[in-house]
Amino acid sequence: MTTQGTTFVPMSLPGGKSASDINHHVLSVLVENKAGVLARVAQLFSRRGYNIYSLAVAPTDDERFSRLTVVVDLESATLEQITKQLHKLINVIKITEINPLEAVQQELLLAIVNVDTQTRSQVLELADIFRAKVLDVGLERLTLALADTPDRLDDFTELIRVFGIIEVQRTGRVALAKLSRSGTRSGLTKGKAS
Amino acid sequence: MKLTGAQALIKSLEMQGTEVVFGLPGGAILPVYDPLIDSPIRHILVRHEQGAGHMAEGYAQATNTPGVAIVTSGPGATNIVTPLANAYMDSVPIVVITGQVATSSIGTDAFQEADTTGITMSITKHNWLIKDAADIPQVIAEAFHVATTGRPGPVLIDLPKDVSNQMMDWYWPTSIDLPGYKPTIKGHPRSIAAAAKLIKSSRRPVFYVGGGILRAQASDALATLVEKTDIPVVTTLMARGAFPDDHRLCLGMPGMHGNYTAITAMQKADLLITLGARFDDRVTGKVAGFAPYAKVIHVDIDPAELGKVRKPDIPIVGDLRLVIEDLIQALDAGETGDMNQADISEWHAQIRQWQHDYPLRYNDDPQDGVVKPQHVIETLSALTPSGTILASGVGQHQMWASQYWRFNHPNTWINSGGLGTMGFAIPGAIGAKVGRPDKMVWAVDGDGCFQMTAQELVTATAERIPVKIALLNNAYLGMVRQWQEMFYGERYSEVYLSPDLPDYVKWAEAMGCVALRVESPEEVAPAIEKANEINDRPVVVEFRTDSREKVFPMVTSGSTNDEIDLGPMFGGDL
Repeated sequence: MTTQGTTFVPMSLPGGKSASDINHHVLSVLVENKAGVLARVAQLFSRRGYNIYSLAVAPTDDERFSRLTVVVDLESATLEQITKQLHKLINVIKITEINPLEAVQQELLLAIVNVDTQTRSQVLELADIFRAKVLDVGLERLTLALADTPDRLDDFTELIRVFGIIEVQRTGRVALAKLSRSGTRSGLTKGKAS
Repeated sequence: MKLTGAQALIKSLEMQGTEVVFGLPGGAILPVYDPLIDSPIRHILVRHEQGAGHMAEGYAQATNTPGVAIVTSGPGATNIVTPLANAYMDSVPIVVITGQVATSSIGTDAFQEADTTGITMSITKHNWLIKDAADIPQVIAEAFHVATTGRPGPVLIDLPKDVSNQMMDWYWPTSIDLPGYKPTIKGHPRSIAAAAKLIKSSRRPVFYVGGGILRAQASDALATLVEKTDIPVVTTLMARGAFPDDHRLCLGMPGMHGNYTAITAMQKADLLITLGARFDDRVTGKVAGFAPYAKVIHVDIDPAELGKVRKPDIPIVGDLRLVIEDLIQALDAGETGDMNQADISEWHAQIRQWQHDYPLRYNDDPQDGVVKPQHVIETLSALTPSGTILASGVGQHQMWASQYWRFNHPNTWINSGGLGTMGFAIPGAIGAKVGRPDKMVWAVDGDGCFQMTAQELVTATAERIPVKIALLNNAYLGMVRQWQEMFYGERYSEVYLSPDLPDYVKWAEAMGCVALRVESPEEVAPAIEKANEINDRPVVVEFRTDSREKVFPMVTSGSTNDEIDLGPMFGGDL
């Protein structure tokens, strides 16, 4: 796919899997909703030299607990060590490991893009193709929002980059295991306290 | 009953059975020191907060009960960071209570404010900042529970001054509310059965025993298991005393400065039965070349230790005492109904040969009349009563103490293993003596270490804690000197300390100790005997030892454990 003479390297591998997913695993971590818990998790990763690719935090439907969705880079350590060390944190209640290939994932992106009279319609067309929302309209800029899978956000970012991105913000992904069609849930490993 | 937060804190400590706290007051902790006057809890006033922390560690290690320290905010808290890190590395259960500025001042850079929970997050098992006095009994109960169960470790409670003064309705919690904390105690029966099978089929098995045995109070269970299986035992630096050195199956300490037999038995083993040890780099040497023929059974209460360094063939998470008891049962209940262990007599013979050929050795007949540090330790070990507690600092003297002292009882060796904290010996010994006043307590210290924490001898004198210090004064930061000699072409950089600056005898006397100086080998035994008779105050015996003496055997950093330098007594070129 080419736009204005720029060649695009597709970010997706065959089957729609992002290249980055190969070393990335998603941990869904249920924690006590107490002060400092995020700091404990972040410091553990820093202290042990584990890389966090993205992190999303939000309360759950039970106000005593919060859920962290951590995308970890397994180049730095084994998944087993990371989950075991996480489990040692007193405030961590349960860890669910989600293989990205067996999960549904969503992430939100906000982007401010440069537009002029010529490119405005092209950007809007792209937004339409990706089902991005136009959140704000200025004379020379548009603010777009897209909630989709991380690799779709990658694609979208690449495509709008040629118009000039002023700012991009991404939330970090949230994920749930795919539902099995045979009645049991797959892709979900129960948190192991072993 | 209405109490202030401070009163609730002291009452909570009493409810936990705390008999002694080590501490030093200051602004933010002032409210807590008032109800302490009316409490039966003994307070030991230290001269530096680091001392309070190490004393709590020494107390905990000698008594198997948690040590408690109370210090103020800011510098009081930062001064106890080293003991917290030390206790975290060595899994020592201590409870540290720090004062904090008033909640309304937190975050304003108030006087003596430090982010204590932030600073100590990665060196405590858990910590708490209490913001409501009503939480105090609950948090204290949780803190002691966390410190002493599972893999033990340090915890910290940060208590703002206004919370100490706040009124609360006294209660004592009936349950612990820690939904994310459930240590696994019982080993998996299938894994234990598999371990029993592997043990029976092995021909060159070794018990690799670490400090976890002591924390689990599993020495007796271990002794039964060893007798049953007839398998030799190595005890790591943290496990000295967990299995008696005088036992025919005890091989002593493995690792960088371990003895030839202990190191080599692990290298040649076909099975390491790892009990509460963690494949520390000082034990394994270069990991890729460590125990290359061995299958590994790894038992630990901390699941994260299993597979952290060496992938076990049979991982077992659980309390060591219970797992060992279950393992003994599994061995008995094997298919044949008896031990039916594979024949390991060749292995025993091989080990005896190594012990015969490569014992620990030093020049115990020096022609120049110098005092050899190893001779001091050997004599000390021989002249002190059975069950004497030995504390140590960090460096050459620590290694000689571990090598040449005969450890025959659990909880008699108090040292800083993982963190390697110089200056640990004196406060560690004081804490141990406070916890075990019935036992003789010696500390082996170096001159470098002594200068880091000697002020706590003032504490010992003032509080009538009669510890004895064997100061091995070689006028150097000896271990660093050894490395500079061996690996930096004898270019000695900032390691010379001088033998008589300070004058240790005068210094010790100024601190209220009896002080003796020993300068020749003949004086060693009489000085120790004299020190042993003094029971009303601390004693410092300064031994002027040979500066050139190095610790051997040695596995050089980065080498595999197949490359052991036995030193000059075995014709080495050193």
